[in-house]
Amino acid sequence: MTISITVNGAKHEIGSDPDTPLLYVLRDDLELNGAKFGCGLGQCGACTVHIDGKAVFSCITPVGAIGDRSIRTLEGLGSVDAPGIVQKAFQDEQAAQCGYCIAGMIMRAQALLEKIPDPTDEQIREHMQPNLCRCGTHARILHAVRRASDVMAGVIR
Amino acid sequence: MGATNRKLLAGATLFGLATVVGLGIAGWIVYEPEIPRIKPPDRASLSPALIRRGEQLAAVGDCIVCHTADNGPALAGSRALATPFGTLYSNNITPDPDSGIGNWSADAFRRAMKQGVARDGSHLYPALPYEHFSRVTDDDLDAVYAFLMSRDPVKKTAPPNELMPGLGFRPLLAGWKLLFLRTAATASNPSESPEWNRGRYLVDGLAHCGGCHAPRNILGGEEWGKHFAGGVAEGWNAPPLDASNVSSERWNTETLYEYLKTGTARGHSSAAGPMGPVTEGLSRLNDDDVRSIATYIDSTMHAGTVTRPAGRRVAGDAVQSHPATSTLFEGACGGCHEPAAPMASRGRPLLSDTSDVNAPDPRNAIQAVLQGIKDPTSDAPFMPPFTDNLTDEQVADLLAYARSRFTSQSPWPHLANTVRDIRKENAR
Repeated sequence: MTISITVNGAKHEIGSDPDTPLLYVLRDDLELNGAKFGCGLGQCGACTVHIDGKAVFSCITPVGAIGDRSIRTLEGLGSVDAPGIVQKAFQDEQAAQCGYCIAGMIMRAQALLEKIPDPTDEQIREHMQPNLCRCGTHARILHAVRRASDVMAGVIR
Repeated sequence: MGATNRKLLAGATLFGLATVVGLGIAGWIVYEPEIPRIKPPDRASLSPALIRRGEQLAAVGDCIVCHTADNGPALAGSRALATPFGTLYSNNITPDPDSGIGNWSADAFRRAMKQGVARDGSHLYPALPYEHFSRVTDDDLDAVYAFLMSRDPVKKTAPPNELMPGLGFRPLLAGWKLLFLRTAATASNPSESPEWNRGRYLVDGLAHCGGCHAPRNILGGEEWGKHFAGGVAEGWNAPPLDASNVSSERWNTETLYEYLKTGTARGHSSAAGPMGPVTEGLSRLNDDDVRSIATYIDSTMHAGTVTRPAGRRVAGDAVQSHPATSTLFEGACGGCHEPAAPMASRGRPLLSDTSDVNAPDPRNAIQAVLQGIKDPTSDAPFMPPFTDNLTDEQVADLLAYARSRFTSQSPWPHLANTVRDIRKENAR
């Protein structure tokens, strides 16, 4: 049985069982390795991707549940040569230490800024709360979200 | 002047008199005098023992939950409370003289708690549960007062309430109180243990459990005849605390104690929604008082019997009758909720044990899936929200499957519609 899903605008036919976590399909079948496996239980956020623009844990989302909703991953935001605004802001603020959580952090931040372009610090903290970082670069991550918001508003470049 | 005119004049006079008398009575009911301002009491004058006792009683009353805004300073108010009548913002109850209650005397504080009247004589909305606080002894209220007055003053004024037109007129509240405010203190019951009596005093008074666990009438008053028949709070059902509770037979003093003190009773149930902060507050309360509350609630849950419709045993058929959903369940839920999953081996409640999956109304089960459940007293593993992962139909299918597989209860009707309605409610 094949399942068809749309990822970053491209349609894919997948041969996996419908209960396979979306994360496994993204990484193993589509070789989109931005999203990471952290806990596999929806507790850490390393696997965060977007379904219809909302940040979700892809490790607890069965691929059979996607239907015709569209998926976006880190790779959908930009590339090494042309990073998206949020990706660039994370680089500029040097927000990554080991980097394992950062793909999820960026996807979570992207979803916030698309809904609330100029969030308060409180809103940023609350929204980013589901994603964990074990290195402790939280202050830089918060700065990066603020920077991305400022760049989007044209306040800084 | 003709006879008719005289009659008219007499009628008018009589009407005028009646109006004056009526207004006089209404004024007498509505009018409450201002209690003079005081200088905020000197902290050094408050006895540490009294402050400590007040701190424990304030934990029972959970003052801090409603009187603290999200991420705001403790007890400084401004938390939005959605009610069927509009949104209220809680007051600042720190001892700041301008924006808080710093210039309230102990008399003014007692009157506010028991009669719902602010120091300046204006009526307070019954979101402050004075229906319950009227049963608290003056001694205990003085201890709570000492505790509040010993806190750091915070300058913070609540935003204006956003109520339905007309309800901003506070004198109306005097009428509400005439109808619903009972001021009788709880008499102790000599045939019950001191622990039970202590529990009842706390539950009916400061803990104001009935504030959520009793149904309310159309005017927002608690239906006293239906004490503990269950109610609704912030989009979640507050389950009945009487024999009609679907799990009443499985609760006892020990499990209730564990639940209230930690937020989770092993192999039983976990506090969710607005009950989370309640158990978080009770985790700081002394063991004896929590045990008293558990003792009393245990007695209300086992008073009388309720006949339940016989369950329809379908467990085991679930996989055959919901093949597609069984796959969805494995992918979305199985990692934690399969009986062999790590969560179960750590003593967390199985789906077969939880009240939400067994309850007659699916509301809390739906909310648990949409909003998730966070352990109120620790950073332990939590149930993540699935609101953006799953569609209404998928949530409904999963819950129908879980109910059929893990319980012997009959299926919930109109599940997909209910999921859609609750999701809309949550978005407001």
